[in-house]
Amino acid sequence: MLIAKNITKRFSGVTALDNISLELHPGKVNAIIGENGAGKSTLMKIFSGVHTQYDGEIILNDKAVHFSSAKEAETAGIAIIHQELNLVPYLTITENIFLGSELVNGWGILDKKKMQENTKQLLKRLNLTIHPDTKISSLKVGQQQLVEIAKALHVDAAIIIMDEPTSAISDKEVDNLFSIIAELKSQGKTIAYISHKLNELFRIADRFIVMRDGATVNSGEMKNTTHDELIQMMTGRKVLIQRDETISEKTKELLQLKSICLKNASIRSADILHNISFTLRNGEIIGIYGLMGAGRTELMETIFGLHPKFSSGEIKVNDKPVKLRSAADAIDAGIVLVPEDRKLQGLSIGQSVRPNISITILNQLERWGIILNKKKEMELSKQYIQQLAIKTPSTETIVKNLSGGNQQKIVLAKWLAKKPKVLLLDEPTRGIDVNAKSEIYKLIKQLAVEGMGIIVVSSELPEILAVSDRVLVMCEGELTANIPISEATEASILKYAIHKN
Amino acid sequence: MPAITATYKNQFNRFQSLIALIVLCIVLSILTDKFFTADNGLNVLRQTAVNICIATGMTLIVLTAGIDLSVGSVLALCGAIAAGLLKNGIKIHSADLFIGFTILGVVLAGIFIGAVLGFFNGVVITKFKVPPFVATLAMLTIARGFTMLYTKGQPISNLGTDFAFIGTGWLLGIPVPVWIAAVVVLFAVFITQKTKLGRYIYAIGGNETAAKFSGINITKVKIIVYAMAGALAAIGGIIVTSRLDSAQPDAGASYELNAIAAVVIGGTSLSGGKGTVWGAVMGAIIIGVLNNGLVLLNVSPFWQQVVKGGVILLAVIIDKLGEKKE
Repeated sequence: MLIAKNITKRFSGVTALDNISLELHPGKVNAIIGENGAGKSTLMKIFSGVHTQYDGEIILNDKAVHFSSAKEAETAGIAIIHQELNLVPYLTITENIFLGSELVNGWGILDKKKMQENTKQLLKRLNLTIHPDTKISSLKVGQQQLVEIAKALHVDAAIIIMDEPTSAISDKEVDNLFSIIAELKSQGKTIAYISHKLNELFRIADRFIVMRDGATVNSGEMKNTTHDELIQMMTGRKVLIQRDETISEKTKELLQLKSICLKNASIRSADILHNISFTLRNGEIIGIYGLMGAGRTELMETIFGLHPKFSSGEIKVNDKPVKLRSAADAIDAGIVLVPEDRKLQGLSIGQSVRPNISITILNQLERWGIILNKKKEMELSKQYIQQLAIKTPSTETIVKNLSGGNQQKIVLAKWLAKKPKVLLLDEPTRGIDVNAKSEIYKLIKQLAVEGMGIIVVSSELPEILAVSDRVLVMCEGELTANIPISEATEASILKYAIHKN
Repeated sequence: MPAITATYKNQFNRFQSLIALIVLCIVLSILTDKFFTADNGLNVLRQTAVNICIATGMTLIVLTAGIDLSVGSVLALCGAIAAGLLKNGIKIHSADLFIGFTILGVVLAGIFIGAVLGFFNGVVITKFKVPPFVATLAMLTIARGFTMLYTKGQPISNLGTDFAFIGTGWLLGIPVPVWIAAVVVLFAVFITQKTKLGRYIYAIGGNETAAKFSGINITKVKIIVYAMAGALAAIGGIIVTSRLDSAQPDAGASYELNAIAAVVIGGTSLSGGKGTVWGAVMGAIIIGVLNNGLVLLNVSPFWQQVVKGGVILLAVIIDKLGEKKE
């Protein structure tokens, strides 16, 4: 039995796990459920030795353990199958399964025959009729997942953690996976199964553990609960963020989307976005909620012109159709995006504050069409530092040295300087502290009152409820609900976000 | 720790290579009495001018997190074409047409060819997503091959005293190549420090994804930068050809390595976004002084190579140590 006792884990000031305790029972499928950001993945990463710094205790079969590497966890019998599979695409199944534990003969030379034979046996147990020398890159995602499971069987793991194992596989593959899980269970193995798909859990899981805000809120037998009860447990928190009830004037239609579709670049059949249509008015804040993989970020990127080759549909700004072939086109049309990952997509963190803010408006700073007016640039940067209350020693401070909240404000500043009509915010407060969060909410409200149209994408329900005038819900690339804020509750939103077979 | 400002840090980088240069000069002045003379100083600068031109272009590319291995070959091809046009002009037999070229004409033609070759590099890198290392490695071979074809493997010599002025002449007591290098450097400093293009170069090198998300036309900026580097290599080619009064088919071989060395010694990060043109100039002069000093000290050419390599390593290690302290 694996027991976590009072585990706390912080990431640079943000608490991901808050004194959490739970048990994984052997011979059972333990379902771990919770909203995005509840801390499920973080906890699994502690179990599997990926995160090594934490407070609290892990007890494995009555012995306290503290893994300092993934290898150690594996040796102790814990295997994890990540959402993003961890296989080397250009190596074969055999090579992947034996990666790091290759068999050698007496001469120190790889014993390929024996490894291949062992792999064959493993694959047979999983009903996978593929040659062990097949390269991973030529397998389907479902098959790759089974290879991961084969890897877990190979190290003879007693505890197998599966993170969203059915997110990318077909129904038939799901059936196969479930029969394998049932077999593993009958062999006495412990399965930890993370999934958003509640219907699935009623099929496969024995116990449930509900996590919320980094803590366990409830656990019990699957047969003693219901779909609605689980949703209630996942969301039933007191709302911490006060809603600002300032009402902005929603006048004319600003941004109109009509049947936006986005095709997957690699798999021709599956669409990432399917027929999305909605309208954003001046002064309106739309909140978009969806679980991981619902296509929220892709929708924002499509509106921002980043997927010209694979998207289709009609976009109108102020009733005028616009063709968005690049980010530059979108910016020209008055649409800007504060991206999901500020360090990767929003900022050049090795440079100072000033050039990061001015990068979008260098055209306006040119004198005689060639020389940059540094004085004006400096004034503008200072103006935005003041306006958004960015805490930085100077305009020349390297962005890397600022806190997450202040970095996010710099991304906002660079786009506000452009004076956009439509502001797209993708997870605007991810990983920043509570104070900076409420400052950003205030700012969003203020901008709406001034007439900007704003879309906020968030995986935090309280955030959606705090800022939006209207909530759109997405699930698997489709718009599943359009709820006025007066009727929106965490449960009603989540209901539409969770996949129904 | 308190934040380090960008300007301060840039100055520190410039300062760092400058200090290294001064120390090097002092040591050489003590070790040999021939080093610290005006003649020798100008001599070093004249020899360094070509590398300064190439390293300047290389800096622009490296700032975008790219690299250009083709500059040596581009230099040779452009020098050869300039020499060939000056000497033979263009004869079109079928139309019974002869086009002669002035010196200005061949210089502009050479620079144009260099820009075209660089443009080609830029297109291959941005449109076909070929890594800069591979694309310019291919260009290194291609341009060298064309040089051999154009010259038929023979030097093109006797280009006249007027043309020789570019590489050997003096103006106001300073060698002409040094003037040319100075103009090139001022131009590049202007571009990097004062213009939108410069900002975009730093932004792309600093974080290409963020630059894309900011609506910057990355393809355009990169193509311009590679074209500029090609043109600057061509200027180097014209100086070399003029100085030798001859376009050698094997001119410029391994010059790309000297240019990269200068850029690196000057504190520019090969991963892009950080560094200055001034740094590369300092780096080029340090290499020049080192070459000169080692000759004056009668160090064997074989050891010179070892010392140069050691200096490159040392420069980068010092830089990395500085970064860690941050």
